[in-house]
Amino acid sequence: MKYWIGCILVVLALAGLSLSNMNEYLFFAGFVILQGVVLASAWNILGGYAGYVNFGVPAFVGVGAYTALVLHLAIDAPLLVQIAGGMVTAGLLGLFVGLLTLRLRGIFFSIATIAVIFILEAVVMNWRYVGGATGLQLTRPEVMAPFESYTRMLFVVMVVMAALAVSVARYIQISHIGRGLRAVRDSEEAAECSGVPTLRIKLIACVASGGLLGAAGTTMPMYLSYIEPASTFNLTWAVSALAMPIIGGMWHWSGPLVGALVLGTLQEAVTVTISSELNVLVVGVLLVVFVVAAPDGIIGLIRKWKTSSK
Amino acid sequence: MFFSIELLFEAVLFGLLLGCFYAAVSLGLSVAFGLLDVPHVAHPAILIVGSYGAYMLGTYGFDPILAGIVLMPVFFVFGVLLYRFYYETFEKRGSQAGVSGLAFFFGTAFIIEILLIIFFGVDQYSAEADYVGGSLELGGIFLPYRLLAAFGVALVMTAGLSFYFSKTFTGRAIKAVGQDELALRLMGANPVRIKQWAFGIATGVNALAGAMLIVVNPVEPSLDRIYIGRTFCVVVLAGLGSMSGTLVAGLLLGVTESIVMMFFGVSWSQAVAFALLLFMLGVRPQGLFGR
Repeated sequence: MKYWIGCILVVLALAGLSLSNMNEYLFFAGFVILQGVVLASAWNILGGYAGYVNFGVPAFVGVGAYTALVLHLAIDAPLLVQIAGGMVTAGLLGLFVGLLTLRLRGIFFSIATIAVIFILEAVVMNWRYVGGATGLQLTRPEVMAPFESYTRMLFVVMVVMAALAVSVARYIQISHIGRGLRAVRDSEEAAECSGVPTLRIKLIACVASGGLLGAAGTTMPMYLSYIEPASTFNLTWAVSALAMPIIGGMWHWSGPLVGALVLGTLQEAVTVTISSELNVLVVGVLLVVFVVAAPDGIIGLIRKWKTSSK
Repeated sequence: MFFSIELLFEAVLFGLLLGCFYAAVSLGLSVAFGLLDVPHVAHPAILIVGSYGAYMLGTYGFDPILAGIVLMPVFFVFGVLLYRFYYETFEKRGSQAGVSGLAFFFGTAFIIEILLIIFFGVDQYSAEADYVGGSLELGGIFLPYRLLAAFGVALVMTAGLSFYFSKTFTGRAIKAVGQDELALRLMGANPVRIKQWAFGIATGVNALAGAMLIVVNPVEPSLDRIYIGRTFCVVVLAGLGSMSGTLVAGLLLGVTESIVMMFFGVSWSQAVAFALLLFMLGVRPQGLFGR
């Protein structure tokens, strides 16, 4: 109950901010940071709880983005319909990836998810309707009533999406699905023998994770007013989505949230003050430093510090 | 799509040359991942470093292939250190399984890529040598010398490693550590030192492979992403750790890719390796020649 009150208060506060006359750039940057929260929380459902490392994040983001684009081009669908459509197709991709877990574990699963990205990218590059390899320029529709600008509206959409992603990740963690996924991570055979329906919970995790990753992608075409395959299916998405939960901590739903906020803010600061190449380097370096020195992330460090100070 | 027997023949011939090259760039991974079971996703990134190394030495007048050979000891030492670090931080604690090991190598690959962008920029670089431009005419088909050179070096490399792993004492020890580490330990050998040596070889071979890569094609920092697909495709197709299997798998990939490129274009051919990889993983993860 405490969680839900807090969650609603944060959402309302952030939505309220968008009606104030703060600098437009803050919403532009806030959108990216919150998108990180969605990606990190969604990735962690499969990667953190179940230990299946999904490098295919760009594939889900791309499927979400291009579904939204097709809906926009074909029937001029409103943003919410685009998001819903993107979640459905990305969820279906999640189901497919989930079926891969039947035969593949560890690095084999991860490599297979990388393969999915490049196959989908090739398909999109050869699909004239969505702009092929060169991409498409889009015009944003008119913004709706209470919002001053389209960026502010997308910011609020992303606030709600982040709240949804964190809530789903939290629900999965504390429900029987989360217990089952942890059992799968520790030993899939033992879990299966103890009567955990491993396939079913893995599929649930894949669909939930995939749908949310896709949702994060659906807003990309409208956010940039432009879409092209090379940056949409870029592996950089995968490094960030992997780095944020590892930095924050993978064993608890709050880990990806903390990691995404810390890393996102740091990246924005580096982009503004130094350069955008360096901000990708920051992700890589922090990822390696944490995985080597503090595998349980910030949450793990806090917990360790708390128990030792008692 | 225009189809003719001559074009098909040409595509197959090109594919065989290219495939031998693909086998060569995958040899290091075949050792590191196939034999030692290290989730070495950073292998293609190190390969690209080899290419840039060959380019740098090339500006001092080195022939690219000679540059690759000169770089081998440096890469060997780097490989030994990298494995040592990986062993101390992950394998020793038993935490290499799952997320950690993979995340470590994935992050490392990314750091390498960004550093290359920072030092060299995103432009393409190519090697300078007499054989890079010209081509050999063979009954109406032009075979570029650069591809023939890479083909020759690749054959020598594959044969050399194959010989090393089957005939020499250390080579056989490396194979043994891949098969049964505990048994090796009981024989009184130190598996960590053998693995360290093997990983050094895997990385050293990568220097020469990278030098060949820049002979075959211009390189750019993000090229390693495509090569994740190609190298893993070859290693998985071959069945883990088989050297001669690697050659056959490389040829298979080369020919398929070349045919797709000829008849469908480059935008599809880059996905061939990934499609083949995904198909193989889904249908027969132990590879064509796996046990």
